[in-house]
Amino acid sequence: MDHDRREPPLPSARGPVSAAVQEYLLGAGPLPRHEAVAGADVYGDDLQLALYICYELHYRGFSGVSSELEWDPALLRTRAVLEHRFLSALRTDTPVHDSVEDALAGLLVEPVDGTGLSHFLSKEGELRHVREYAAQRSLYHLKEADPHAWVLPRLWGRAKAGMAAVEFDEFGGGRPDRVHAHLFAELMTDLGLDTTYGYYLEAACAEMLATVNLMSLLGLHRSLRGALVGHFAAVEITSSPGSRRLAEAMRRTGAGPAAEHFYDEHVEADAVHEQVVRHEVIGGLLAEEPHLAPDVAFGIDVTGLVEDRLAERLLRDWTDGRSSLRTRSLSEIHHIS
Amino acid sequence: MPNSPSDSDRPRRIRVQHRGPLLVEGPVEVELEDGSTVVSDRFRVALCTCRRSRRYPWCDTSHRERTRS
Repeated sequence: MDHDRREPPLPSARGPVSAAVQEYLLGAGPLPRHEAVAGADVYGDDLQLALYICYELHYRGFSGVSSELEWDPALLRTRAVLEHRFLSALRTDTPVHDSVEDALAGLLVEPVDGTGLSHFLSKEGELRHVREYAAQRSLYHLKEADPHAWVLPRLWGRAKAGMAAVEFDEFGGGRPDRVHAHLFAELMTDLGLDTTYGYYLEAACAEMLATVNLMSLLGLHRSLRGALVGHFAAVEITSSPGSRRLAEAMRRTGAGPAAEHFYDEHVEADAVHEQVVRHEVIGGLLAEEPHLAPDVAFGIDVTGLVEDRLAERLLRDWTDGRSSLRTRSLSEIHHIS
Repeated sequence: MPNSPSDSDRPRRIRVQHRGPLLVEGPVEVELEDGSTVVSDRFRVALCTCRRSRRYPWCDTSHRERTRS
């Protein structure tokens, strides 16, 4: 057995499905029964965490869990059932535009009276909101652009060259100190957060898990390559103006220079990435495989769905004066020096 | 990658769009009106043409149409 003790600890279970998956990984029990998976809330903590744990074996794994379990047939069968429930719900709940052009057009305008997370944080977010936001987002940003790298072998020509160029930029253009995940760790340090990979998995809400699960789902399945490309385009197109607002939030709350730099860098980088993804990656993919257009549109629109759900969750908690994190409030755990 | 040696053998490509930034293969050095220069070594650079960017000369997507929802 190949146990890697440097890896993150398994998070606490959030219900019978995630508990059974955990026990199986530790060799302590059977996989969840079919009825348990069928009965779990598809967007709820239990199912989303179970799926997140299954996917994490493809990234960095968990301490005390054999890395061989990444390709365990029984676990993959359970993952497939979880994925089927998640993808079916997303397909049912996402209103999808009739064309890729229409789906993109909705993202290429800026509302003057926007009400999303970045609008809230730039206008009235306090330091505690900014820290919570960073703790939640760390689940993705500490592996920023990793799920999208899986699509590269499934693309050709223009689409591949464009996607690889954007990923190269995400990974620092060959310089480890410019890897976006590294820049995010520096932002977390500015905010007095723990930069250990996987540290905030315990605290993250189901809506955050769902945004990362969507990326892993689309990245790991060749059959969903069109949706992965659409998803990536949606992230890059909305990132630049969103990052400008988040940079404002960092400046206004005095978060620190690295925190400002992370979002300033994304304003500029993603203004470029957006162009490359639209013209080269989507354009190239649909020139080669025009039948994937509905999947690209789905990828764009489903990203909006899971991001809207996360924004609603966080804004509702904050409006009601609650923390969106499952563990004790950050201020009780860490102190900003 | 765009910075490979063969790049120096051909003209640098600039992509023009009706509405949006000029896309230039990087790295680039831009001389501004006050004589100062700024450098970007990104693989591709988006140069603002609408003059609304707050990070001029780099595009920050301020050219986008603004709408009331």
